[in-house]
Amino acid sequence: MAELPETPLLDELEKGPWPSFVKEIKVAARHKEACRDLLGQLERSYREKIGHWKHGGIVGVLGYGGGVIGRYSDLPEDFPAISHFHTLRVNQPSGWFYTSEVLRKLCDMWEEHGSGLTNMHGSTGDIILLGTSTPELEPTFKGLTDLGFDLGGSGSDVRTPSCCVGPARCEWACYDTLKLTYDLTMSYQDELHRPMFPYKWKFKMAGCPNDCVASIARADMSIIGTWKDDIQQNDEEVKKYAEAGLDIQRDVVENCPGRCMSWDGEKLTIDNRFCRRCMHCINVMPKALAPGKERGATILIGSKAPIVEGALLSSVFIPFMNPDDPEEVAELKEIVEEIWDVWSEEGKNRERVGEFIQRVGMGNFLEAIGMEPVPEMVAHPRENPYVFYALDEEEEEDEDEDE
Amino acid sequence: MAEAAERVTDIGPPNYQQFLPPIIKANYGKWKYHEILKPGVMMHVAESGDRLYTVRAAGARLMSVWKIRQIADLADKYCGGHLRFTSRHNIEFLLTDESLIDPLIDDLKALGHPVGGIGNSISSIVHTQGWIHCHSAATDASGIVKAVMDEVFPHFANRDLPAKLRIALACCLNMCGAVHCSDIAILGVHRKPPRTDHETLNKLCEIPNVVAACPTAAIRPAQVDGKESVQVIEEQCMFCANCYTVCPAMPLNDPENDGVSIWVGGKVSNARHEPMFSKLLVPYIPNNPPRWPEVTGTITKIIDLWARNARNYERLGEWIERITWPKFFELTGIPFQKEHIDDFKHAGLTFKRSTHLVH
Repeated sequence: MAELPETPLLDELEKGPWPSFVKEIKVAARHKEACRDLLGQLERSYREKIGHWKHGGIVGVLGYGGGVIGRYSDLPEDFPAISHFHTLRVNQPSGWFYTSEVLRKLCDMWEEHGSGLTNMHGSTGDIILLGTSTPELEPTFKGLTDLGFDLGGSGSDVRTPSCCVGPARCEWACYDTLKLTYDLTMSYQDELHRPMFPYKWKFKMAGCPNDCVASIARADMSIIGTWKDDIQQNDEEVKKYAEAGLDIQRDVVENCPGRCMSWDGEKLTIDNRFCRRCMHCINVMPKALAPGKERGATILIGSKAPIVEGALLSSVFIPFMNPDDPEEVAELKEIVEEIWDVWSEEGKNRERVGEFIQRVGMGNFLEAIGMEPVPEMVAHPRENPYVFYALDEEEEEDEDEDE
Repeated sequence: MAEAAERVTDIGPPNYQQFLPPIIKANYGKWKYHEILKPGVMMHVAESGDRLYTVRAAGARLMSVWKIRQIADLADKYCGGHLRFTSRHNIEFLLTDESLIDPLIDDLKALGHPVGGIGNSISSIVHTQGWIHCHSAATDASGIVKAVMDEVFPHFANRDLPAKLRIALACCLNMCGAVHCSDIAILGVHRKPPRTDHETLNKLCEIPNVVAACPTAAIRPAQVDGKESVQVIEEQCMFCANCYTVCPAMPLNDPENDGVSIWVGGKVSNARHEPMFSKLLVPYIPNNPPRWPEVTGTITKIIDLWARNARNYERLGEWIERITWPKFFELTGIPFQKEHIDDFKHAGLTFKRSTHLVH
């Protein structure tokens, strides 16, 4: 067994109660030369306060345009075993559920073909296989498909959709997030593996307004569970929370953004007409309150991180639909494909759909995809009087004259 | 051609249903309520009366196959080989036998993966690759995360905070970790314009794409020493590095000027207050590996202030909004400076447009 490189700075990060990534790399370094060089290069970065990876490089597997991130050391003479050290993104199962059996098979495959290092998981949700050489890319892909796995997205394609734990383990799930995630992923395999858009497109499925997958901040289409009817209420359990010491007036009623609750010391009254479906009261008293029975989702569109034109949160696009109804999902897919057509045709290079909407105007965007504006889409109507009234009538007259 | 036809592609991920434990298959969509039993342990009760115990352990995000096999062994020993991961890199064991919770927690501790992060606590930090694997990183990711979590660890292992607190780290403005709606965001920043390599630019990059990549139109096509290249109007550069993303000949990395900024008060949940972006608190802290003490010190100070002063269920951003930002700056002792005032698009919306001030 070869000696590990001296890493006095990284060794500091083996101390302390939190799991240590340095220990993980060191374990791998006892088996893999690439991981010894990774340790050596990382120590150098810690000493010099700068990264030592070259910019990109196009590598991939046959027939796919995404899923592999090319990575080359800028110190290949000092660290030859990581002169190429590419990443593969592997599409995770919905909800990140695994069996020990399938995890072991993935481990064996990755020990054979790569560094043995992973991320469980990357921030988009994929299993990340961290570091292999160019000749090992096809064998790794073969190994993955033999196990029933496939690559995830990268570049200007549909990125790997992801979801919260949903109805598998959560009473608040307002639709089947795992099923919709699997359905969208399987429906859009071509768009996921072959970049064809102006930029990336992310779907994220959250089962309730708590949004455990941060879909409203990160997804071009955020599908967030909600309900239409009254909050389900068990008065006996409400009382028990009060008896156990919960200050219902201060901690529940006064935190209600719709100011639609009152508490007389005995009974909690909710005026559901003005409930904003924020989840706070339900979060605080999960045994006493639950989302209503007429469940579905709000579809929001356009969130993204700052690059290029600034960060955006998703905004309401379809106030309510039922993702558990196959017909409604089919309609949603038609809308998605219509958006992709318009955005692909008119969008600029590296322009996310949210930025595209900002540039062309939400009203024009809705018109282009054939949807009607509704008041739920805005925080409030416009404040500025510079309205782009349609010029259609005049144009028609002009056309008449021409004829 | 025969060989090509045999190649399997576009099969998608395995169907999740094959990995669900029997208790979840039996109670799918029929959960009634849940309770947090103790730090890192929750119980979900189904309409059928079945009880599922979840034990949440810290992951390292970066894990070797040798560690994953040990985790798989624990899943076999305690829960029929069933486990899942969370959106924040945690590992969750799904048990049906309550008496096995404590032995599992002991085994996890021995393995170096402590249990916690549920309820009013700090969960694992969502983060990016940093110097381990990225070309555009302005700072490391895993190292700062390790240093911060070591410092705030008691708030992971205990439920001792007013509300949940979510920390995220992105090692540059590309924000692969989408940190912009976190209670506390650690963001790697560059502070020097790109160093254009005029020798190679035209060979490596499409000049129109490079020009179009700049959000402030600071990049213009130019001939330099007879070569087709670009010119950067440096006063207009805001160091976003989008040009570098599309063109390797324009690196911004700089050991003496790169570092991290700290942002606070964002959230994604709709509970109470609507989702909000994080706001700038500390514009720049130099990189100080291996443990970034100035970063961890600032973060523990913010958390302590919030924990001492916030009301129940009040997230960091909700607390700051109630006490007002000037008060928050006063409490933290962090100087307010020019960089705190937005000067990009829609900046005016962030100005104080009323006399609602606390004196």
